[in-house]
Amino acid sequence: MEIKKTSLNNLHKDNQAKFVEFAGYEMPIQYSNGIIEEHKFTRLHSGIFDVSHMGQLFIYGDESLTEELEKIFPLDLKNLKQNSSKYSFLMNDDAGIYDDLIITKIEDGYLIILNAACKEKDFEILFNLLGTKFKMNLDNNRSLIAIQGPKSVEILNSIINGVDQLHFMSGNWFNSDNQKLFVTRSGYTGEDGFEVSISNDKAEKFVQNLIKKGAQLIGLGARDTLRLEAGLCLYGHELDINKTPIEANLKWAISKSRLSNGGFIGSEKIINQIQDGANQVRVGIKPEGRLIAREKTKIFNDIESQIGEITSGTYGPSVNGPIAMGYVDKEFSKVDTKILLEVRGKKYPANICALPFYKKNYVKGVN
Amino acid sequence: MSEVKFSKEHEWITLEGDIATIGITKHATEMLGDIVFAELPEKGSNVEKDGTAGVVESTKAASDVYTPVSGEVLDTNQSIVDDPAKINEDPEGGAWFFKLKIKDSSELDTLMNKEEYDKFAKETSN
Repeated sequence: MEIKKTSLNNLHKDNQAKFVEFAGYEMPIQYSNGIIEEHKFTRLHSGIFDVSHMGQLFIYGDESLTEELEKIFPLDLKNLKQNSSKYSFLMNDDAGIYDDLIITKIEDGYLIILNAACKEKDFEILFNLLGTKFKMNLDNNRSLIAIQGPKSVEILNSIINGVDQLHFMSGNWFNSDNQKLFVTRSGYTGEDGFEVSISNDKAEKFVQNLIKKGAQLIGLGARDTLRLEAGLCLYGHELDINKTPIEANLKWAISKSRLSNGGFIGSEKIINQIQDGANQVRVGIKPEGRLIAREKTKIFNDIESQIGEITSGTYGPSVNGPIAMGYVDKEFSKVDTKILLEVRGKKYPANICALPFYKKNYVKGVN
Repeated sequence: MSEVKFSKEHEWITLEGDIATIGITKHATEMLGDIVFAELPEKGSNVEKDGTAGVVESTKAASDVYTPVSGEVLDTNQSIVDDPAKINEDPEGGAWFFKLKIKDSSELDTLMNKEEYDKFAKETSN
């Protein structure tokens, strides 16, 4: 199958991107500055991320759409205000996660942002659940650009006036350059930032404009170190069809009002796991010293029985040390529990630690 | 000091008497990206030509470091373990990896000179 390209592909090339294939797309892993510089620039200034490979699913319908979506997602969508966003999951009957996503209530419907590798299958699953009653559009004509970091609000507001008024995890339509853009205040780095949905033919000019204002392109490499420092899950690593939101320590994303009566896909398993506890849970892990423990590294307790496995591990440039996430048996999941990591045949000490590794307050909103 | 020689695994080697100094090439560091971890062979251990003699890790992945010749490890460069970013800054100078007392100087004959290596690096990176 031919590799897909986003509308910014030429711009990436012009900026000396090194490319990798990701979910069938040719995507920049880094530019000439390298992952560490790009990571730090995002934390200090403003980074631009091409996330156009992600799915933008618009679903339109009347009030009954909200009712149907509540049968699928563990959210209180009836009480969700228009233009507010929620982090959620698409699950199977055993609460295994097909995908994690952001859903925003928009005028006449919902916008759901899906992972690139899952979006086609998600569409099929949702279409089978919702039927033909609602208009569903997995929009390939729009690009998605994330702008992340402390200077992003100032830079983006100078191009799209009014985005500074958005609260964290909310969005709205804006007019700029004679077109409608959907902007949400959200992100995947632990920094204040935005995601802008923009038509493909306008995306390159928009990003060039951001660069002129001082923002820089950032590749998927730094996106991964940034999200890991922020303790955020990556689908296919921390999350997959064999993990539930409770095991993934994401109970906070399930609306409390939905836990008493259930009625969403996977609710029985979730309610049971909340009562009885999950066998394994997601934790933060800090190896001692400089050792990096990558995905699939086996985790042992002090008497050398295996108690889990790493799901993501790298060097955190802002933490200035190695960081990881993984799953361990529940009894070893307490912060400061000493564990051992098997790397290249030897066991090295590490500690369970609190997430996130790097903390900066998101902008809660403006008053 | 002898001419610098290069291996297909992107190590460089110089020789003074029967003592070789070995590191990874600038081209290797450019392919790896930001290096954030280095592991070196133990002093006093014996390493075999083309065998593993260390590890470097970038933000992206781990890669083995091989020794282009056989010998006994006399010294290792602790400063790159403490500050792996030095490997990106000065790969073919201050950021050497280890020194060997070489076993068989004829092993060097299989290695490339600078011109050959540059051509090899260019061809293999495309």
